[in-house]
Order: sequence, then C-alpha cells, then structure tokens
Amino acid sequence: MTALKFSRKHLGIPYALFMAMFVVFPLLLIIYYAFTDPETGSLSFVNFIDFFTSNANLTALFMSFALAILTTAICLLIAYPTAYILARTDINRNGVMLLLFILPMWINFVLRTAAMKELLYSIGMFNSNKLSFVNTLIGMVYDYLPFTILPIYTVLEKLDKNVLEASSDLGANGLQTLFKVTIPLSMPGIVSAITMVLLPTMTSYVVSDTLGNGNITIIGKLIENQFSVMYNWNAGSAIAMILLVFIFGTMLITGKFTEKDETATRGGLW
Amino acid sequence: MEKEEKIIVLQDVVKAYDGQVAVEKMNFYVRKGEFVTLLGPSGCGKSTTLRMIAGFEMPTEGKILLNGKDITTVPPYERPINTVFQRYALFPHLNVYDNIAYGLKLKRFRNTYIDKNGKEKVKIEKLSKAVIDAKVSRVLKLVDLEEFEKRDVTTLSGGQQQRIAIARAIVNEPEILLLDEPLGALDLKMRKDMQLELKEMHQKLGITFIYVTHDQEEALTMSDTVVVMSDGVIQQIGTPKDIYNEPKNSFVADFIGESNIFSGTMVGNKKVRFINKVFDCVDDFPVNEKVDVVVRPEDIFLADEGKGMVDGVIISSIFKGVHYEMTFKVGKTEVLIQDTMERKVGERCSIHIRPDDIHIMEKEFDCNRYDGYITKRNTVCFADGEFECDVTQLYEKSHLDEEGYLVLENGEKIDLTDVDVKVEVGLKDIEIIDNEEDGDACGNIISIVYKGDHYQVIIRTDEEEEDFVVDTEYVWNENDRVSVKIPPNKIKLKLKAVNQK
Repeated sequence: MTALKFSRKHLGIPYALFMAMFVVFPLLLIIYYAFTDPETGSLSFVNFIDFFTSNANLTALFMSFALAILTTAICLLIAYPTAYILARTDINRNGVMLLLFILPMWINFVLRTAAMKELLYSIGMFNSNKLSFVNTLIGMVYDYLPFTILPIYTVLEKLDKNVLEASSDLGANGLQTLFKVTIPLSMPGIVSAITMVLLPTMTSYVVSDTLGNGNITIIGKLIENQFSVMYNWNAGSAIAMILLVFIFGTMLITGKFTEKDETATRGGLW
Repeated sequence: MEKEEKIIVLQDVVKAYDGQVAVEKMNFYVRKGEFVTLLGPSGCGKSTTLRMIAGFEMPTEGKILLNGKDITTVPPYERPINTVFQRYALFPHLNVYDNIAYGLKLKRFRNTYIDKNGKEKVKIEKLSKAVIDAKVSRVLKLVDLEEFEKRDVTTLSGGQQQRIAIARAIVNEPEILLLDEPLGALDLKMRKDMQLELKEMHQKLGITFIYVTHDQEEALTMSDTVVVMSDGVIQQIGTPKDIYNEPKNSFVADFIGESNIFSGTMVGNKKVRFINKVFDCVDDFPVNEKVDVVVRPEDIFLADEGKGMVDGVIISSIFKGVHYEMTFKVGKTEVLIQDTMERKVGERCSIHIRPDDIHIMEKEFDCNRYDGYITKRNTVCFADGEFECDVTQLYEKSHLDEEGYLVLENGEKIDLTDVDVKVEVGLKDIEIIDNEEDGDACGNIISIVYKGDHYQVIIRTDEEEEDFVVDTEYVWNENDRVSVKIPPNKIKLKLKAVNQK
C-alpha cells in the first residue's frame, strides 16, 4: 500500500503548486515577453535597445531613482529619531504614540495622497510646475514614513539595554554610543526599512500622478503605459526586468552594510 | 600605622523608584585594593547599589565619593570605574578584539610637548594602534584567550564570553572593577574555576573589586569584606570569618550557611537556656533577656546517649558527600547536625556544644507594633487591615453602650471614631490563613527563618508595606500570598495621645 502512503512532505504540495502558478510561471512569462520582438515574435533584444535609446525613458528611470533614494533618505532621517524616542523613552509607555504614527498605514493610500494634494494646493504649492518634484517627494515621504518607523522601532525596542550601558561604562558618551553601538545594532531594522520604501517608491505612480501635476513620470508609470495604453506587453516586460535588476543590485549594496544577521532579516536569500 | 585609603564612600545613599524604596540610607566605604562583596537575596538592593556606583542610576538622596571627590552626578563614561555585567553585554556586532579595544579607542589623553618655537603645548591624543594592540593581547593572555582576537563573540561559550567581558573591563585599568553576578550564568564547575581565577586576578592587578552575588559561598570564598544586605538595608559588614562566625542577627545567620537558630533566655552571667538546657556561652547579655541563639550544624558533636549535654533522637540522616546531615530531635525542637560519622535514624544519642560555638544575638522581634486608628464600628485599622478588638482596654473600667459609645467609669460618653492608637500584637498571636478572603489583612510572605521548633515568618502587606512577624509551627513558602487573623483579645491597644472630644 505504498502508493497511498501520506508523508509529511506531501503537505508542501499546495504551496509548491501555488509558487509555480503565481511566482515561477509569471516570471517566466515576463522573461519570455521581454526577450521577444513585438512584431515578429522572435527572440530579440529590441525592447531593451528601445528603452535605452529613448530619452524620455531614461529620464523616467533617473527620476525614479532620484525620487526613491531621496524619499528613502528623508524617511530614514525622520524615522530613526522618531523610532528611537518611541522605543527608548517613556513617551510610548502605553503604545498610544506608536499607534498614532502607524495609524496612517491603515488608511487608504489613494485617499491619503488626495488629501495631501488638497493640503499642498491650499498652501500654494501647485502654483509653479517647478514644485512638482518637491510635491511628489513630500507625498512619498508622508506615505512611506510609517513603513520606515515600524521596522526600526521593532529593532530598537528589542535592543539590550545592558549593551548601551556597557558602552557608556567603557567611556562612550551619548553620541559615541549612538554611532558605535545603537546604529550598528539597529542595521537590520534600517535595511528592512529601506527595502520597504525603495521598491514601492520606484513603481507606485499614484503619488507622482496625483502630486506631480503631469510633470513627473516614474518607471512604474512607464510600465503601466506599455501594458494598458500602448498594449505593448513586450516593452512593458522589458522595463519590469530592468527594474528588477536595479532593485536586486540595490539590495546587494544595502546588504553589505549588515554583514551579520542578514540571514535572519532577509530569509538568507543573499 | 598608615591610614588606609578609602577609594569609595557611600553617604546616606537612598534610592527610590516611584516612592518604592530600593536602597535605604546606605553608608559604607571600600578601601583601596579591597575585594568587597555585596551579598543578599534577589531584590535586596545590591545590584541597585552597584549601578549607582557605576553611574547608571542616580541616588535619590545622599552622596557617592570617589577618592574623596563627589561623583554622584558624574555620568558613567567619565568615571574611572568599569563594570562586568551579569549577562556579559558584549557588543554582538564587534569581534573579540574590537570588543576589548572599545574603551581604549575612546580614550583620550593630554600630551604636553614643546613645539619648535620652544612653547609648551597641550595636544589631546588617542592611543596609538600599537599601544592598543599590546594592551589587548596582554589582557587576552591574562584571561587565557590568546588567538581569539578575530573571533566573533556570538560564537563563544558562556565561560569564554565572561572572560572577554572581564578583559574588556580591566583593559581600561579602572580604579574600581564592578562585577554584577558575573558567574551567575555559568555551570557549577566553571563557576568554581572562575572564582579562583577572579581572586587571582584581583591579587595580580591590585584593582579594587566590588562584587555582587546572592551566592553566600562565592562571597565567603572570594572577598576581603562582605556586606550582607536585605530589603535595601545593610545587615552586617565584616570579613567572611566574622560574618560566618559572628552573625549579627538571625537573617545573616540564616542566609550565610546552614544554621540552627533557637529562641533562648539568658539565665545568668554568660549562661543561656535553650532546648530546655542551660549552656555556658561566651557572650554577655543581661539576665532574663530573650535572645536568639545560633549554632552552626558542624559545631554540634554527637555522643552516645547520656554522655553529652542533651539527649534526643536522630529522626533523619542524609548523605551529603563529605558529611552526613542529620536531624536530631530534643522535645519539640529539631537540631540540624553535620558530622562525618553516621548515626542511624531512630538512634538515641546525645549532643555536645562548646561554649564558643554558641553565638547569641539580640532577639529581633519580640512583638509587632503598629500605628492604627479606631473606626466607627469600634474596630481598629492598621497594617492595611481592619481588626475586631476590645476597645474598652483603652480606659480602665469602661464599657460600651448600645450605640457604640464608650462609657467611662465616671459616666462620661466618648466617641472613639478616628482616635489614633498604638497597637501591639504578640508574634504567636497571629494566625496565617491560606485563603485571602478569610483573614483581616493580606500580604506576601517575604521571609522565613527556621528557629528550631518553629518558623518565623514575615508577611508584608501590599499598600502600606507593614510587616507582620509571626511565629508559627507550620511551613509556608516565600512569596506565598496569605492573610492574617488575630483574636480580638490578643490585640493590645494604647492611646497615642489624649484625643477626647
């Protein structure tokens, strides 16, 4: 009766099927489309050549990076002190303060962006097209701040107080302890905050559409255009692949900052 | 003789957290080069004291002097004091070398030199890499972990991490090294080895060590001076020998090693009566004074029946390796005896105690005293509870009328509501009840001391933190939640002040 024997590893079958259907197959499909000519259907690099020879596309790519990196940097600059105060002082004793910072995460993204537009409009930020980039940046930071605070807060909260005391005991003042112990030990939180912000800011065009006043095109918008306006799935797939490669590269770089514990924070993938 | 230098002095140091007192008016000093141990059960304030010396906690009141200078408000990073933490607290992101070099890399010193114009100049300099390297490798050699420099601290065993933690502290050449239960997480064998190593290190380095532990054996083995603490109060300061042989009170006697504590009475000049027998002793106390008598189990000698001082019967005997631990019963009193010769259970024999092995201490509690007040119902409130009592004892020949007024001998009626009184309750008059609802006041048992034929239990109430000291035959457990009941006729009341309406 060996044929019907049910072993524990069979429990994995549904997940394997799911992975195959929703992860592996779509990825293969993207690769297939990206490397085929839209007209002839034959294998070619034409989609990539088109992308890198178009000024508009390159501008969008640059814009995406500029926005993503700036947003991430500003988010970190705001989130780290906030998370530090929430985690290490009495302010957040009953968790209310943290909740207030996290609450926007649970309110619809589009709604929040629209509200931000009204706000910026009312203070005259839409008077000049030069401000489009700034507006988009403000919207992005506002939308992604909670995602930055949460992982950093979690790491700081778990930080062993004794280690900080040890640092102080060995002669480090508050600032030295911050740079030599607290920040290095909260690197896993910082890296996961970067991961949570960098990728979405490159692709989610809701913010740039709403706040950019038509002046800001990011790579996510390009992909959307190819798929739902131009119906050029091949070009869209190629851009998606380019984005994937860039994201992968960025993650490799941030990964360098956390030599340890990286297996714990990113599932040991790289 | 040269006056010994006091490196650190605590003056009336008090530490309270939100009104809860952790350390009460602490006064003690440490001499230069000494190995001092703060010993006490958990929660006695010993770690808090250490943390105040390190600078992590600020005393609520009082002063801490280092070499005569007030350092009470100096932050930890400016104190020439280093700490070895209980859970090591190594930096997980740094390797062994960087952990140890952490303090050295931060160190700055003033270098005075003559520049080319012949002017004297002061430059603040860092230690050079070569100096740091040399210091790190020297200290690694001291803790027997050479070649470990590049290792990741998280890959080390508990004992190795402990050595690194010690190395990281002593490499800075502090004036005082603080050790907060540093061996607590190690196994017994490792702990014994490390005790000796620490002692050796102390002698080699000549640094003052202040050590915190709850392990009495550790304290006795390693220290020059032991400070025994309980409930935020110093119970006794002395050499390990003094503490062991001459405990000041029953807490110290009970906490340091095994001991028999009996209730006794002085019956003559250097004569004390306990376990129904008069013994000669060496301590002088007033005749008829009630005292606690401490005898160490190893100081009691067993002899054949009729040949010793007191006859009794062996009721239990346990083999403990080096000796047998036997319980000897005289009347209702149990006596703990350690002897290398085994006597069988049920064997009748006799014990002999030498006069200088009988240690006599003043009796700590002969009576519970409280401040209370009378309620409308003519009950008395004290120590977080309301108790029925006989209020007529406040005035001679008085009685209560139907409305609850007290009628005096001369016919005067008085209302006793809210009258302040002094309350006295005998130790044996309090009954401990398991069930919280059944008693008149609730609390937790904070200490139990066996006194030969009974236990002395201290119950602390929650809000006012009053203590009930109770002598009982029954065994209770520390931290048990219990309530107490007192028979109304056993509550003695006295008027606090003349407070008539």
